[in-house]
Amino acid sequence: MSNMISLENITFKYPGTEKEVLKNISISIKEGEWTAIVGHNGSGKSTLAKLMNGLYFPEQGTVTIAGIQLNEDTVWDTRRHIGMVFQNPDNQFVGTTVQDDVAFGLENHGIPQDIMVERVQTALKQVKMDDFLNQEPHHLSGGQKQRVAMASVLALRPDIIILDEATSMLDPAGRAEVIELVRELKREEDMTVLSITHDLEEAAKADRIIVMNQGEVYREGTPEDIFAMGQELVDLGLDLPFPLKMAHVLTEKGIPLKQNTLTEEELVNELWTSFLSK
Amino acid sequence: MDIVLEQVEYRYAANSPFEKKAVEDVTFKIPEGQCTAIIGHTGSGKSTLLLHLNALLKPTSGTVQIGERTVKAGRKEKDLKPIREKVGIVFQFPEQQLFEETVMKDICYGPMNFGVSEQEAKKRAAFWLKEVGMPEEVLGKSPFDLSGGQMRRVAIAGVLAMEPEVLVLDEPTAGLDPRGRREMMEMFYRLHQERGITLVLVTHSMEDAARYADKVVVMHKGRKVHEAPPRELFSDTARLAEWGLGVPEVVKFQRMLEEKTGKAFPKVCLTMDELADMLKQGGESL
Repeated sequence: MSNMISLENITFKYPGTEKEVLKNISISIKEGEWTAIVGHNGSGKSTLAKLMNGLYFPEQGTVTIAGIQLNEDTVWDTRRHIGMVFQNPDNQFVGTTVQDDVAFGLENHGIPQDIMVERVQTALKQVKMDDFLNQEPHHLSGGQKQRVAMASVLALRPDIIILDEATSMLDPAGRAEVIELVRELKREEDMTVLSITHDLEEAAKADRIIVMNQGEVYREGTPEDIFAMGQELVDLGLDLPFPLKMAHVLTEKGIPLKQNTLTEEELVNELWTSFLSK
Repeated sequence: MDIVLEQVEYRYAANSPFEKKAVEDVTFKIPEGQCTAIIGHTGSGKSTLLLHLNALLKPTSGTVQIGERTVKAGRKEKDLKPIREKVGIVFQFPEQQLFEETVMKDICYGPMNFGVSEQEAKKRAAFWLKEVGMPEEVLGKSPFDLSGGQMRRVAIAGVLAMEPEVLVLDEPTAGLDPRGRREMMEMFYRLHQERGITLVLVTHSMEDAARYADKVVVMHKGRKVHEAPPRELFSDTARLAEWGLGVPEVVKFQRMLEEKTGKAFPKVCLTMDELADMLKQGGESL
C-alpha cells in the first residue's frame, strides 16, 4: 500500500512566536489505514492537521498528500484529497437546510446541478441522514450534526478524512454514532482516516495510534502496544481504557491477577478464574 | 441559598408560528451547599433550564425562586443584578468569552461591573487566579497568549472573582485532555467542599455525576423524569437506557461480573476503589 500522507522532518512555529510547536516530526499514513493521533492539550496534534490541509506551511520539512508535495501552488490540488470535520458542529453549517448544506461544498467546486443532486443524496444516505433533507441543521442533535458535516465532506469524494476532535463535544451516544459511521466508511469505501482525539475509546478502534508529547512523536504502535504503556500514558496527561485502570486498582488492593487484560470481558474472566471461583 | 423551580415551562418564540416548547412542568430544588448534577440527552432541555438559574430566561409559566427572590412568569422583573451576582454561570467553552488586554483586567471586569472597587477587584483577581491553579506572573499577560486549558482557568477565575454563592457549570471539561479534565473537576469539588459553594453541574459524563453529585436530576424531552442520589439512579440501568443515557463504566463492569457469578452484589459501586474493596472483602461469597 502506498502512503496517503507523509510528513518528513517537519518543524513548525506559529507566525510571530518563538516556541517550536512541532519538532522534527516524521509520520506516514498508508492508504486505507485508520490512524489516531493522541496527546495532551498543546502537544501539537491539531497543528499537524493544519499543516496537512495547507492552512499553515512548515518551517522545515515536507508534507506530501496523495503523492503531491504540498506548497502554495499545489494547496488546492491537495485539498481535493482531504475532507476535514472539526470539533464544534455548530461552527460548520452554512446552509439553511441539511441538503443545502451538503450542496455548498459541491457548488464551490463547480459541480453541475444534476450530479450535485445525486451526490448530495448519496452522501446523506451514507450517513443515514437522508430522512432529514429539508430540516434546519440547528434542530438536529450533536451526533446528527456531525454526521451531516461528514456527509458534506463525503459528497466531495475525498480519499482522506481527518476528524479533528470531531467527537469531543458530543454526548456518549452521539460519539458512538460518529465512531460507528467511520468504521462503516472504512469498511465500505476503504477510506483513509485520521482521527485526532483525547478519547481513548475512539483511539482504541484505530489500526494504529501515534502518541504526541511536547511537539514530538513519543510513540507509535497498535492500540495494544500503546495501552501496554500503562502509567506512562497517564504521566503524559492521557488516560487508560477502563479495563486497564480497573486491573491496576484491583492489583493495588491485593487482588491477584495473573494475566494482562485489555477488554472488560477478559478482565471478568480473569477475575473469575483467579479469584472469584476459588 | 436554595434555588427552587416550580412547574417551570419555557417556550421559545412564544405566540409566534415558530413557537417551540423546550421545557415543561419542571419542579425540583437545588439545595444550598450541595452538588446537584443535571443530566440528559442532547436536546433534553438542560441548557434552557440552566439559563433560568440566574434569570437570563424567565419562565413562560411557573416560578423560579432564587434565594429571597422569586422570578415569576408574566411579571416584569426589575433589578436582576443581585441574582446574577449570587449565581455565577460558567458556560461551555468559557475561554471564548475572554476579551481584555491582560488577564488581570479580564478577571476584574465582572466584579467591577457589580460595583466592586478597582483595588478590591485586583486583590480578588490575584487570589482567584491562584485558586484555579495558575501562577501570579500571568496576571500581566494577554489571555490570548495562554494555552486553551489556561485560558479556560482564567475565564473561570473571572466568574469566581464575583464570589457567587452558587456556581453553575455547563460541561466545564469539554475539550480538555484527560488530565486537564480531572484537575478541573477536582478544583471545583475542592471549592465546593472548602468554601461551601453550591454546585450545579450540567454534564454528559456519568462518571462525574456519580463521583461528585449529591443528587442527580434527569431531563428527557423537556421534562424532569427522575431525581435521585447517584447510587439509586445508577442501579437502574434499563431505565437510564430508555432516556438515552448510560451508566458509569464501573457500574457496567459490575453488571458483567454479576452475570458471570450469577449473583447480585449487595450494592452498586460508583468508583473502582469501592468495587475493588467489595470484591476483596466479599471474596468467594460474591
